[in-house]
Amino acid sequence: MAGSSNLNITPPRWLLAELTYKCPLQCPYCSNPLDYTKHDTQISTEDWKRVLSQARKMGAVQLGFSGGEPLTRPDLVELVAHARQLGYYSNLITSGYGLTEEKIIQLKDAGLDHIQISIQASTQELNDHLAGTESYKTKKQVARLVKKHGYPMVLCVVIHRENIHQMTQILEMAEELGADYLELANTQYYGWAHTNRDLLMPTIEQFDKAESIAQAFKEKVEGKMKIYYVIPDYYEDRPKACMNGWGTTFLTIAPDGVALPCHSARDLPGLDCPNVNEYNIEEIWNESKAFNFFRGNDWMKEPCRSCDEKDKDFGGCHCQAYMLTGDMYTADPVCSKSPEHHVIQEALDSARESALSKNEQPLIFRNSKNSKKF
Amino acid sequence: MSLDPNLKIKFSPMHRLQWEDAQQKHVILYPEGMVELNPSSAEILQLCDGSRDLSQIVTELEEIFSTSDLKDDINSFLEVALKNGWIEQP
Repeated sequence: MAGSSNLNITPPRWLLAELTYKCPLQCPYCSNPLDYTKHDTQISTEDWKRVLSQARKMGAVQLGFSGGEPLTRPDLVELVAHARQLGYYSNLITSGYGLTEEKIIQLKDAGLDHIQISIQASTQELNDHLAGTESYKTKKQVARLVKKHGYPMVLCVVIHRENIHQMTQILEMAEELGADYLELANTQYYGWAHTNRDLLMPTIEQFDKAESIAQAFKEKVEGKMKIYYVIPDYYEDRPKACMNGWGTTFLTIAPDGVALPCHSARDLPGLDCPNVNEYNIEEIWNESKAFNFFRGNDWMKEPCRSCDEKDKDFGGCHCQAYMLTGDMYTADPVCSKSPEHHVIQEALDSARESALSKNEQPLIFRNSKNSKKF
Repeated sequence: MSLDPNLKIKFSPMHRLQWEDAQQKHVILYPEGMVELNPSSAEILQLCDGSRDLSQIVTELEEIFSTSDLKDDINSFLEVALKNGWIEQP
């Protein structure tokens, strides 16, 4: 297997528990796999508890309950209570849809530390269109209830061509709702977002304008609200540091119990990602083929192998390299040193052409009907 | 925003301070983030429970460590802590 040379393996710190792929929303930039309906089994409450205990024992401390929509799991409160007992810091990453005040109180009593709510846009019309579900009013109400019950409130807005013109209004909305943190997540083009890339990718002019608005606002609200800006990597010279180093920090468990070094890794060929029903977390983390695959630098080709930045970005994102070039060992094409960098410019050109054209195709929404086509 | 020497200091309810066995150190946890603390920073923050002001924290730590010149170090660390939102003053 690649990268299996003798390395000091650091324990996981971050556990992402994707409890389910079920979701009442249909966001066309969802990072879940396109064919999520093929992976529709769910591991049991007891399986999750065992996974949480094993990962905590190794040193995982940040825990994200995600999905899909984690609120659709009836055992969420029970899992939160188990996580609190183990000493995790628990983050609920939710659409807010279906989150009642009663549930907010139950989760608080169970020991949930923080709730992150996604909002799709600053207006009801656009939010409900992008979510594919009428949800804007509920989301805003939930955001207020989260504050009322003393949680740190993180608002997450995924940014793309359909909503980037609302940047000022999005920032004002976050301030008005009393968000402690605002995550402005420029769309990362995986899963459904990749399929809809021509329709979602903003132009460079739109990016620059939105970024300068966000930057100015950041200074204005300093000390009250922290703004995280997730970089639009297609417009960067250098790639994202893959998962802070493959198999060094992050552990994702998918709804069916498959353990992933990154939540897109299921798409990579030949990794044989292990399932928690067959191995314990220590075996998975230390010994599995998948988690050792890109550890260290042995797997690297040129230009990464001799690059003086290889310890900074680890060659970038393998899932992106595979998706855009068909070769997961090559440098992330986002890097301007990559021989495949032209595919990024081609993608940007194609999106620009689509933006200027009068008859754009409709967005493909993330739902079970569409998923079955992939 | 800077530290008021007359007010009590309290660890922020929006953060959590805890000992991590696996890392053999105290950490501050907050939404999707973690700060690792050195032992002296952890000692200081553990006294920020809303019952002490700056000089009381200094006195107590100087007694514990049998020394008398901690004030500047503690003050500058607490200024950083305040700026990061780890502590607050009512």
